[in-house]
Amino acid sequence: MTFPLPEFIAVSAANPWTYVLFGVIGFAFGFTLEMSGFGDSRKLAAQFYFTELTVLKVMFTAIVTAMVLLFGAVSLGILNFSQVWVNPTYLWSGILGGLIMGIGFIIGGFCPTTSLASASTGKIDGMLFMLGGFVGAFLFGESEPLFTNWYNNAGYYGRVTLDQVFNLPIGVVVLLVVLMALFMFWGAEQLERIVGKRDMSKDPKLRLVGAGMLFVLALTVVFIGTPSLEERYSKLAFTRTETIPGLNGEEPVINTYIYTADQMLEKRLVQIAPAELFKTIYNQGINLVMLDVRPESDYNLYHIQGAINVPVEKLTSVIPDLLTEPPANSVFVLMSNDETAATTTWKQLSASAVPNVYILEGGLNNWISFFGAEEGFESASGMGEDQLDYVFPAALGSKYESCDPNPVAYEDLEFESKIKLQLKRDKSGGGCG
Amino acid sequence: MTTAPLTNKSIFKRPEKPYVNPYLGGMILGIVLFLAFFLTGNGLGSSGATSRIDALIVDTISPSHVDNNPYLLKMAGGDKNPLDDWIVPVFFGALLGGFASGLFNGRLKFTTTKGPHISDRTRWMMAFLGGILFLYGARMARGCTSGQALSGGATLSAGSWVVMFAIFGGAYGVAYFVRKLWN
Repeated sequence: MTFPLPEFIAVSAANPWTYVLFGVIGFAFGFTLEMSGFGDSRKLAAQFYFTELTVLKVMFTAIVTAMVLLFGAVSLGILNFSQVWVNPTYLWSGILGGLIMGIGFIIGGFCPTTSLASASTGKIDGMLFMLGGFVGAFLFGESEPLFTNWYNNAGYYGRVTLDQVFNLPIGVVVLLVVLMALFMFWGAEQLERIVGKRDMSKDPKLRLVGAGMLFVLALTVVFIGTPSLEERYSKLAFTRTETIPGLNGEEPVINTYIYTADQMLEKRLVQIAPAELFKTIYNQGINLVMLDVRPESDYNLYHIQGAINVPVEKLTSVIPDLLTEPPANSVFVLMSNDETAATTTWKQLSASAVPNVYILEGGLNNWISFFGAEEGFESASGMGEDQLDYVFPAALGSKYESCDPNPVAYEDLEFESKIKLQLKRDKSGGGCG
Repeated sequence: MTTAPLTNKSIFKRPEKPYVNPYLGGMILGIVLFLAFFLTGNGLGSSGATSRIDALIVDTISPSHVDNNPYLLKMAGGDKNPLDDWIVPVFFGALLGGFASGLFNGRLKFTTTKGPHISDRTRWMMAFLGGILFLYGARMARGCTSGQALSGGATLSAGSWVVMFAIFGGAYGVAYFVRKLWN
């Protein structure tokens, strides 16, 4: 079982329990906020006059608790981080929006969810904040076209996490954040004592135990580290369904199989025929990305029109882009001269959680023999494994006819269709955005 | 804690229980946040639901207006139901949860929470104004304190940490000028 559960990544009418689960999560959220006192705007505002720093304590305790548990689960290999929604970074709209929120916070005395907790318990100011919120969001929708270019592009860095920014292992960042939070809690308590004149003897000693435990958990995350590529590869699970039509008007039988990555390769379920690749080029519903992993010299001799050259050595550096940039309906097809290099890179990409990766069956050699039979290419003899089986007198790249076969001429092709689109987290499919 | 005079009408005459310790509340919230990520891959959120409810209202009044605005189109264009998004059940669940906690803890009453030196009227206007500003900023930042600070913070999203600091910065920066509202 891998988490998050694929059926619960989004709400869907096909699975009504999704609505229930999110509702329950929301319920717990609202309940926790109210019981922490956030229905009262005075408690929220006090944060900014240093008399009572409950906001900081609740927020940061929540953040570090969730963070340690989350990355702990990732390190143990039970949570698939690539399926976790990480807010993309839009630097400038984020800063400006954050500043405006801060002003709204201290004027209004709430943030959106605390206003829900407040309004639902009868506070009139909470209700008015909520109502104002609907106006504010409406005004944003109306004004957005005025700055839509800036809003969607300025300072956009995609999915970036702090470990990437500071070039530190995730566990170290987790530990540093925990230490920072603990320091802030200590500082907050000092401020409350001095400015707010709170009687500190009333605070339970248990909080020191909690702090200690948090620190230990963070250390554990550092030491477990993140699962290696091999470990992640061995944990991969692919689902394939087989529909057997019913006999004599019976219901068709649907069998579901779960295969490991190696099984997918052995059963030839991810190697697609040149015909299927060709048809996919013209499939409007799929964003096809062809990655030619051969050396540049081979690519320059002959490559399929539209294929991008990413030699094997360069592949790991483009993986982060493959995970974030392309739209949800992207399908990646790797190709080498035969299948060797393509298979190796297939394993790497799959282990790195890039979805919808396939291999061109038989590689470029097979493509050329299928589509280029009439071009009379001279065969090369005695070439080794994963080498081009043809001789090209000049480096013409994709200028040959078979590099871009005529769709009309090849309209009717038979092949066993193997591409099964698995949707991933879309740029705008999650979060508040 | 100072208690300002409150306009109230008790719905239920229950003894009021104290708030939970903030660290405990934070820990529970953190566990809820973690479970949300663990089970669904999504964190928590709120402002997105407000936008979507707005989009539904606009779509009911003028569908062509929605179709001409790409921002609204993404949520409610054509046949799309803007409420069909995970954040909407979370929003309504939070309303219910807040109510339930208020009920359980004896805190259900019509009242206004405010600083000791302003009138209810002033507080109501400021709350409304604050709401407008906050949600405007939240949509600009693509998330509020729960969507960006809590959820994005926990996943170590660089942008979210920036938004978080900006929120605190904005509030602290203006706090002195509106201190009469709260002190």
